[in-house]
Amino acid sequence: MKHSSLMKIAGVGALALTLAACAGGGTPAPAESSAAAPEGGGNLVIWMDENRAEALEGVIGTFEEETGTTVEIVIKEFGSIRDDLTTQAASGEGPDVVVGAHDWIGKLVQNGVVAPIELGDAAADFQEVSIQAMTYEGAVYGVPASVENIALVRNTALAPDAPASWDDMIANGQAAVAAGTAQFPVLVGIDPNNSDPYHLFPLQASFGGPLFGQNDDGSYNADDLQIGNEGNVQFAQALAEWGAADIINENISGDIAKEQFAAGASPYTITGPWNLATFQEAGIDYAISEIPAPGDLPATPFVGVQGFMLSAFAPNPIVATQFLTEYVASEEAQTAIYEGGQRAPALTAAFEAAQSNEDVAAFGEVGANGVPMPNIPAMDAVWGDWGTTEIQIITGQGDPATLWTDMAAKIQATIGG
Amino acid sequence: MQPTSVRSTLIKIALLAVVDAIAVFAATVLFFQENWIVLGVLAVGTVIVNWVYLSPGLLPGKYLTPGLIFLAIFQVFVIVYTLFIAFTNYGDGHNSDKEDAIAAVVLQNTVRVEGSPAYRVTVVEGFEGLGLLATAPDGEVLVGSAEQPLAPLDPSAVTLNDDVAVAAEGWTALALDQLLQRQREIADLQVPFSDDLDDGFLRTTDARLGYQFQSTFVYDEAADTMTDTVNGVVYQDLGNGQFETTDGEVLGTGWQIFVGFDNFLKPFQEQRYGSALLGVLVWTFAFAILSVALCFVLGLFLAITFNDARMRSRKIYRIVMILPYAFPSFLAALVWLGLYNTQFGFINEVLFGSADIPWLSDPWLAKLSVLIVNVWLGFPYMFLVCLGALQSIPEELTEAATVDGANGWQVFQRIKFPLLLVSTAPLLIASFAFNFNNFNTIYLLTGGGPRILGVSENVGHTDLLITLVYKTAFEAGTGREYGLASALAIIIFIIIATISTIAFRQTKALEELN
Repeated sequence: MKHSSLMKIAGVGALALTLAACAGGGTPAPAESSAAAPEGGGNLVIWMDENRAEALEGVIGTFEEETGTTVEIVIKEFGSIRDDLTTQAASGEGPDVVVGAHDWIGKLVQNGVVAPIELGDAAADFQEVSIQAMTYEGAVYGVPASVENIALVRNTALAPDAPASWDDMIANGQAAVAAGTAQFPVLVGIDPNNSDPYHLFPLQASFGGPLFGQNDDGSYNADDLQIGNEGNVQFAQALAEWGAADIINENISGDIAKEQFAAGASPYTITGPWNLATFQEAGIDYAISEIPAPGDLPATPFVGVQGFMLSAFAPNPIVATQFLTEYVASEEAQTAIYEGGQRAPALTAAFEAAQSNEDVAAFGEVGANGVPMPNIPAMDAVWGDWGTTEIQIITGQGDPATLWTDMAAKIQATIGG
Repeated sequence: MQPTSVRSTLIKIALLAVVDAIAVFAATVLFFQENWIVLGVLAVGTVIVNWVYLSPGLLPGKYLTPGLIFLAIFQVFVIVYTLFIAFTNYGDGHNSDKEDAIAAVVLQNTVRVEGSPAYRVTVVEGFEGLGLLATAPDGEVLVGSAEQPLAPLDPSAVTLNDDVAVAAEGWTALALDQLLQRQREIADLQVPFSDDLDDGFLRTTDARLGYQFQSTFVYDEAADTMTDTVNGVVYQDLGNGQFETTDGEVLGTGWQIFVGFDNFLKPFQEQRYGSALLGVLVWTFAFAILSVALCFVLGLFLAITFNDARMRSRKIYRIVMILPYAFPSFLAALVWLGLYNTQFGFINEVLFGSADIPWLSDPWLAKLSVLIVNVWLGFPYMFLVCLGALQSIPEELTEAATVDGANGWQVFQRIKFPLLLVSTAPLLIASFAFNFNNFNTIYLLTGGGPRILGVSENVGHTDLLITLVYKTAFEAGTGREYGLASALAIIIFIIIATISTIAFRQTKALEELN
């Protein structure tokens, strides 16, 4: 029976592992044990993505040194931070601070997992659009760190001057195609199934087509859906024309648009700062300017703001707030984050210092006139239908006005009920 | 029975001791968390484990216990938890319990009084607990606690440091380590400006600066209502997991409650959903059956071909065959997405000479496209399985049949194929169940699209039940609805379980044939 006793041993061993796994999945030690924390210092748990973690090393080091706090950084994929915070914060095991995008805020507030931050007078030191973006129902939820938006990038070899108007740009582009120097009049990357409302929004905005009405303080009003208004329907008509004329082409995905522009196949593309590195590597001489408006109003892009938010269940709210208001909001930190990710810093002083970088200055100038992407939870009901309807219009699957108004009615029904 | 050796007894005791030590540690943690249910389960589990391994008999128990515990944790618990979630409204806006929701609503609506000054504060402790020692911008020093409204202090009783009050008679300033340990308490501390609540309170979030805040939402514990002090609107708990007024106005943050069978009934109650669901159900069956059938036929054909001794360099071909299987399916789907691109894709550009075939945007072609990709992903598995099964069929059977005058086709049809089916049929059923829920291929390749026109719900021509569930529960409407998702997942589970049970019964009949 030697064999059976070995089996028993193996069995107990496996059990030990199982229980260890359960215990590991458990919780930090009970509150009482925090008395054992190092004297004079707190602990701070921050969730952020890898880019920013690297950039912030110096600032966090300074913070640890000056306050005696131990900072634990948990690197997560940017997109998963929102869901993880939502599901884990209430258990008390979540982080003190997370890095997130401003358009998550509505959802996070609805779930009660982020706490407002009182920036005090420091709020005036940030770009107005960034504070506006981080504000939800009158309270600021986080310290803005970087600002990003799209703009028109043109290949200066094919188009030396910024276009005066949308028609001007299309005419130049088509002339280049006719002359054989380019293949596409303009490149806008969209998804063949879901279009890309984000990249097409500036064009929509220029027809006077906002998504939601705005309150006096600039925040969006979820009860005032504007997506079905007259300007938006005009945009739908224009989109159908562009689709038919192959100006907006459903086969050009974001990656293809980037690749083709880098290959010099088009004089113009509408894109963000994240693609510039590829263009530089490809040796394209480019210039950045505002997106020409096909409608009567300026073509304002959405501005996305990334910031540091405080968990409503933060075990160390005081240290966390000190870190946010004194260190993250400092010029040093904002510059470091900017250098780590090439996105314009939200702090005005750091933004001005970053003006020496022409790309940042140019994108920043376009973004300063942009509108913050809505951060209200009602946006969840908008994205899916918005994108699929746009692709139906681009591929000519029906009357654009009907498709668009049907979509607006459906979104209204979803939000209303 | 041979007595167990001393050594193995010692090892057994040592391992059991480790198990118990971990259990005791976990129990302590759970005790302080006041998590009684898990603690109870843990205690019972530990007692059973000790009993099983210490008592002399119970040999089957000694083998089975580890497995049963794994089963309980990774299967039973998951299923029970999914069931539990399916009966709740858990999702965006209903994230935690009522207590948290109340705290969240009050916190979200606690705003700084516009234009109020910033006070330099020091956290102090007095007889009635924590208090704030505040220095106003004009130099006035005030002190107060949660019970005692802020009152000016006599300058002679105050110790100043750089114009900021750091200590006062009757109050002890908190040392840094105390400050750090009592952070939540300090963050929750509200020192009223006067006995009148409307004057607001002083609050600090960083223990350095304090501001005058006002709460615009007040929770009335006795009446269980939330009142908006700005316009006097009263929100009540009407049993829907949120605060709402009688005319339907709701507060964003709610809490988790039991909703009974609501989630299960939703697909049947909403008509616009029902009709779309039927089409999707038919396509889901077609997709799963066709995928399995095509993969099996192709895999079997290749297996027979490469099992033939006359074939040269079989090994190399076999390795090439397995390659798609080694590819992660989500990556393969993205690569195929590129290949299918109408204008730039390899298929149209190279294979069809720059043709304009809309592989993914035409309803029928899109269905064909996902099938092709799925067969490409799935045939290597069937190839491997069939190859193994073929090789396990004794050669004597073929020889005997040949001697009896059967030709190649007859040998295959009458002898090899039925034998092959006995061992592969259960795998075919498993494969069917897998493809029934093949989320990756569909979602990454077409996202369910192209969308069906004329249906208000976001349903596409290639949507499977599982992608439709994902869209319904997570992408449409007002956000993530974990309760609804769980309920729909359970409905799908019931469908698959029924089909599999019937299919397995049929397989048994197959075995009896031989």
